[in-house]
Amino acid sequence: MHIIVLIKQVPEMDKVLFDSEKGRVDRKSAGVEVNPFDLNALETAVGIKEKTGAEISVLSMGPSRAEEALKEAVARGADNAYLLNDQQFAGADTIATSASLAAAVETIGDYDLIIAGEMSVDGDTAQVGPQTAEFLNINHAAYVSELISVEEDEIEIKTSLWQANYSKTFTYPLLITVTKDINTPRLPSFKDKMKARKAEVKLLTFEDIKNKVKIDEVGFKGSPTWVDNIVVPEEISRKTKVFTEEEKESAYKKIKELLIEKNLMED
Amino acid sequence: MAAKNELLILAEYSQDKIHPVVFELLNKGKELADKADLTLSVLILLPEKVDLSELIFHGAEKVYYIEDSAFAYPDEFLYKENILSFLKEHQVDIILTGASNFGRSLAPRIAAGLKTGLTADCTALDIDEEGNLVQIRPAFSEKILAHIKSDTRPQMATIRYQEFKKGSTDKTRQGEIIACQLKRNENPNLKQIKKLSNKEINIAEADIIVAGGSGVKNTEDFKLLKKLADLLGGQLAASRDVVDAGLIAKEYQVGYSGQRVKPKLYFAFGISGAPQHLAGMKEADTIIAVNTDPSAPIFNLADYGIVADLYQIIPEFIEMLKK
Ligand SMILES: Cc1cc2nc3c(=O)[nH]c(=O)nc-3n(C[C@H](O)[C@H](O)[C@H](O)COP(=O)(O)OP(=O)(O)OC[C@H]3O[C@@H](n4cnc5c(N)ncnc54)[C@H](O)[C@@H]3O)c2cc1C
Ligand SMILES: Cc1cc2nc3c(=O)[nH]c(=O)nc-3n(C[C@H](O)[C@H](O)[C@H](O)COP(=O)(O)OP(=O)(O)OC[C@H]3O[C@@H](n4cnc5c(N)ncnc54)[C@H](O)[C@@H]3O)c2cc1C
Repeated sequence: MHIIVLIKQVPEMDKVLFDSEKGRVDRKSAGVEVNPFDLNALETAVGIKEKTGAEISVLSMGPSRAEEALKEAVARGADNAYLLNDQQFAGADTIATSASLAAAVETIGDYDLIIAGEMSVDGDTAQVGPQTAEFLNINHAAYVSELISVEEDEIEIKTSLWQANYSKTFTYPLLITVTKDINTPRLPSFKDKMKARKAEVKLLTFEDIKNKVKIDEVGFKGSPTWVDNIVVPEEISRKTKVFTEEEKESAYKKIKELLIEKNLMED
Repeated sequence: MAAKNELLILAEYSQDKIHPVVFELLNKGKELADKADLTLSVLILLPEKVDLSELIFHGAEKVYYIEDSAFAYPDEFLYKENILSFLKEHQVDIILTGASNFGRSLAPRIAAGLKTGLTADCTALDIDEEGNLVQIRPAFSEKILAHIKSDTRPQMATIRYQEFKKGSTDKTRQGEIIACQLKRNENPNLKQIKKLSNKEINIAEADIIVAGGSGVKNTEDFKLLKKLADLLGGQLAASRDVVDAGLIAKEYQVGYSGQRVKPKLYFAFGISGAPQHLAGMKEADTIIAVNTDPSAPIFNLADYGIVADLYQIIPEFIEMLKK
């Protein structure tokens, strides 16, 4: 079985700063890391590999420094790493990103399962998984929280849709996007990290995938959506009335008043 | 005169009812359709005959439906095949749908099928001077609001539930209900689909939420919070750390990777106030936090804070309420 995991490198979300005057994300203010949900995607693949001996390829589209994210993926158990990197891909929205990733997947070759994260913590759209599946014309299941069974010819997953939990059994190929609930990613060992530093990351440029996607379908030109404006809202901070432990009785009184005021409790 | 183009709302029909976000979208959609001179219409895929007049009473001028038993299950592939086929026959300028899990899973496939732009998870919408749809959405883990526009038609967006007000029912409104052709009702690569369980708890709609975080030590202790929630007619909820630790089920999780809630009153017991937790509850009317650590970030957002041990506060507060 061949599994392809989609990995995005994102800014460290707890550190990144925003310029509220210019309406800009100050990307230099923070380092980068693997999108947290993609670690769950990778762990899912590694879990299957441990049971069935599957081969794992990781694929990322991004700037050259995204190589680091792919090397981390190798340290965590991936076998092959591909970086889709070219000036032509710059400025991509989710449609152009997905069209490029789908073309890269087809270039990499035969695959059974593609695993992506539920969403990225920067773009936040959760669209790249389903759109990549559409460009590949295969089924997808989003919000997968459990693999119920993984067989050679079919896979059963659990997903939450329509305010309920459903199980779905698909034949391959299939793309899934996974939630954080599916597993807890393990940390790579020091030895694996050292080994991964030397891992080869195969570079794919537009030239390599041009038989599968047109130039006007990638990057800025292939992107129908654009960010017109960014507003950095004032941090919501309310006038907090803090009660100490000694003042707790007045706090109870205050809360009871609130409940009555909001019609949440009878007088 | 040529017929007007349409503003189409894709309606989710699940658990034997039309998802309530549809009525909110009709209300907002009416305003946008007037501004952009579009016909307000709805497309709904249904497993059985359903009275759809409520959609007309809420402002839809046309309601299209495709009926087939296959639509008793959330199979994105079948839905998108039928919707793409429907769209070939219609001049649609704007498509809006709810940003439920199903909406966020289905809409991207339709947008990719049409090679058109899609804006995710919008919280506000407008029409600019040129008649384009301005789509406003949180990004960067809810830290910023991006204004997005699309160059292609239809312009598509998924919209969060409870961002727009539902309008009133007007039984004098007239409109057409139109049956449409089924394109396909088989997905050859989906071998089985079945419902495992309904989500019993719906914290998204609660007026009062009593949430516990890592300050709550074990599953048993959540009963204490539950007791308070029951007494207030509220709903129990939790931070992710206690969900991850297995103390309480995922359905209770509030936050960026859980549920977004907007109750009138939100109690945070032993929750530090990480940005990912705040993302899910910062729009509560009133927030009350109880935490032993006076420097916990939750105290910056809360309206009322008590610096104390939740194990002492909750029983005392329950006693006082009972009086
Ligand atoms: C503020 C802001 C708002 C935006 N809003 C929109 C919008 O509404 N609509 C739109 O079309 N575009 C939007 N974009 C552009 C969008 O963020 C980019 O196209 C981005 O590269 C991919 O989308 P995402 O980050 O939302 O990924 P998601 O769809 O949230 O990511 C889901 C999964 O897809 C995989 N994945 C995503 N990107 C890559 C990649 N580059 N390489 C490998 N795997 C990947 C990962 O497994 C990831 O977990 C926005 C960008 C910004 C800065
Ligand atoms: C991609 C991503 C998504 C995430 N999504 C979510 C999400 O959806 N929801 C979410 O909640 N988190 C989410 N998180 C995790 C988040 O960053 C925090 O780790 C989490 O919210 C912390 O939970 P907590 O406040 O319960 O625990 P802690 O941060 O450990 O806080 C516990 C608090 O309890 C107080 N306390 C201890 N004992 C007592 C006592 N006896 N009485 C009163 N107070 C006491 C402590 O002072 C402390 O402030 C996400 C993180 C990432 C990276």
